[in-house]
Amino acid sequence: MNILIQITYLVATILFIVGIKKLNRTQEARQGNILSAVAMLLAVLATLVESQLLTPIETFSCMLLGGAIGLVWARRVEMTQMPEMVAIFNGFGGAASLFVAFSDYWTRAVEQPSLSTDLITIISILLSVIIGGITFTGSLTAYGKLSGKVSGNAIVFSGQHMLNLVLLLAAVACGVLVAIETGSVTAMIVMGVISLVLGILVVIPIGGADMPVVISLLNSYSGMAACTTGFVLNNSVLIVTGALVGASGIILTQIMCKAMNRSLISVLLGGFGATSGGA
Amino acid sequence: MSLENFIFLLYILVLASYCGFELIAKVPPTLHTPLMSGSNAISGITIVGAILCVREGEISKYLGMVALILATINVVGGYAVTDRMLQMFKKKK
Repeated sequence: MNILIQITYLVATILFIVGIKKLNRTQEARQGNILSAVAMLLAVLATLVESQLLTPIETFSCMLLGGAIGLVWARRVEMTQMPEMVAIFNGFGGAASLFVAFSDYWTRAVEQPSLSTDLITIISILLSVIIGGITFTGSLTAYGKLSGKVSGNAIVFSGQHMLNLVLLLAAVACGVLVAIETGSVTAMIVMGVISLVLGILVVIPIGGADMPVVISLLNSYSGMAACTTGFVLNNSVLIVTGALVGASGIILTQIMCKAMNRSLISVLLGGFGATSGGA
Repeated sequence: MSLENFIFLLYILVLASYCGFELIAKVPPTLHTPLMSGSNAISGITIVGAILCVREGEISKYLGMVALILATINVVGGYAVTDRMLQMFKKKK
């Protein structure tokens, strides 16, 4: 049984790679997208078998609900609002990684403290929470800017980079506390909250015109978050697929920057591109 | 996780990252947004992790259920939006 699951994961991985490759060519792009959807279906089916369906009602109702929301949303959205939609979906992906990591952490810290938790696992959990949190609120902020709910202008204030740095250091400090003592739930929650705040702070100084680049970068982050959750759960398909998206996302971000004649650094430091692209 | 296992997974990580770098070297500008949207749907692979987290337990199970709903929205919505974009593409041509 186990070998069958692993082989299905392997086939899914190959289909993902072929799918991304085909997305590069105009004529084959749609086919590529369908191939990668098939790969996702295979991965989900294999995982359902692997999980032995201990809680079938909960599992299927969550998937039905999520699937219905996603489908309706994707069909209703106006063509011009597509990039915003991608931003929201990406944010949900990041949040999902955050919740998966938190769920695994809760099992280890509170519900079954007898489980031994090694350093590699706890570091992977911490990374998933930080990256997932930043992706979540960062993507929602990008959505807000594109849809005009948040000002598309670059929002800058003095000491911004300093504040980000201090928050990042605080998050690292909390992470160290958790790494030393797995049961430090408060430190874990504080770190999660900081990562959510950081996501907003990192995106607000960037102008609306640069949002597509930011979404591409956040997309890369959500891939990395999935990759680190793979290390938490010791699951190879998560690691491979997450790494594929993480790496290709960074390259795509760079290509998009070049196409807009901007450097990645100047986009990230923000303050330029203040003319709103959204609204 | 044992150290050997970790190193093995690191190998996978490095090779897959290299693969990701190489895969989209020459994408035409018109495909930037669909490719971003498509890879966003793929990053919904975290759904696999969410499924594994919905198991016996209390708070951990509820956290897993929230993760599963969010991840499914990401996957289904992501693919549907990408397909709509690419469909539009074909009509224009």
